[in-house]
Amino acid sequence: MNEPASWQQDIFDVLMDHDMRMVAYVPDAGHIGLIDACQSDPDVTTVPLTTEEEGIALLSGAWLGGARGALLMQSSGAGNCMNMLSLAKVCRFPLLMLITMRGQWGEFNPWQVPMGQTTAEMLKLAGVITFGVDDGGDVRDTVGAAARMSVHGNAATAVLISQRLLGAKTFGN
Amino acid sequence: MSVESSRSEQYPLRRREVVGRLLADRGDALVVAGLGAPAWDVTAAGDDPLNFPLWGAMGGAVSMGLGLALAQPRRRVIVITGDGEMLMGLGSLATVAACQPSNLAIVVLDNERYGETGMQHTHTAGDTDLVAIAGAAGISRVHRVLTGEHLNDACVHLVQDTGPMFFGVKVRAEALPLVLPPKDGAWLKDRFRLALLGESSVNG
Ligand SMILES: Cc1ncc(C[n+]2csc(CCOP(=O)(O)OP(=O)(O)O)c2C)c(N)n1
Ligand SMILES: [Mg+2]
Repeated sequence: MNEPASWQQDIFDVLMDHDMRMVAYVPDAGHIGLIDACQSDPDVTTVPLTTEEEGIALLSGAWLGGARGALLMQSSGAGNCMNMLSLAKVCRFPLLMLITMRGQWGEFNPWQVPMGQTTAEMLKLAGVITFGVDDGGDVRDTVGAAARMSVHGNAATAVLISQRLLGAKTFGN
Repeated sequence: MSVESSRSEQYPLRRREVVGRLLADRGDALVVAGLGAPAWDVTAAGDDPLNFPLWGAMGGAVSMGLGLALAQPRRRVIVITGDGEMLMGLGSLATVAACQPSNLAIVVLDNERYGETGMQHTHTAGDTDLVAIAGAAGISRVHRVLTGEHLNDACVHLVQDTGPMFFGVKVRAEALPLVLPPKDGAWLKDRFRLALLGESSVNG
């Protein structure tokens, strides 16, 4: 198991505090420690997705059944969600997306940049309340704020975790 | 695309009857219906607070049913959707297999057409086989439903077997009168949660 970084442990704690025990994901390196923490907790149901939009429908169905959860992805996955976000909006399903950013801060791979540069605006256009977080020390409060607004306000929310916090991937360059 | 263009116009099974039969013994099952005609078919069988008819979210019906099944492991969850809708979310069959929910059944009404948009052929009018795809995705209990006899068996499997199950039902390509469910999504959601989880779930 990869030990979670302290900000990843903070996310895990916030999810548990809000009883968000269904965690769906397409993996991103930035979420490694959190995914491992979720998978090693028997009270958390982790659901590996083939594409991020599945997670919006999955968590909407879970909410219909009285369960809460969160959706983990990297920024390129946000683009895969666009039409499915209309489900959250038109039905006012709570949604918490935790998005690790690529193509944003010192990105080495130009193929990540188009989506990374439009993630926040795209989500806002789709009616998602978006929060950015640059500093590991702010993660707990920011994810907590988003979680509360989603489950208590029936809102679609996203926390964009900055590439600056994660450290840019360089492939040795 | 190689297509036997009109074969589904001759299929014996009629979608309204299929859905009526499958839901006749639904008991307290929870039902998610894919957008368009499958939602109208489910509504023709009887509008119910424990139906969630989609009016959009194409490709998401199976995922929605999966989330519901995982959240409510003691209730049967039945997803009824179209071949076009299923084709847009094929990956969700693999996700179902990864989770193996014992209470989930997926029924695809396969008319080999995109009915809602003018009866254009879907890929299943050619060589694409959704039952084989579901099996290869890792859903072991798959059923090919082509005749009235198969439908009788399917009704028994649906109630008695443990899931996940997949029923690929070849239905006649036909345009039927619309039977529309309510369409306000937030209202449908609250109606469903009220019926399933009680007053506090919508008023908390
Ligand atoms: C993302 C998206 N693409 C296209 C459409 C248009 N559309 C609505 S229903 C439909 C066809 C559905 O076909 P199927 O699921 O096979 O249902 P049928 O009417 O044939 O029973 C399409 C293409 C849409 N609503 N959303
Ligand atoms: Mg069809």
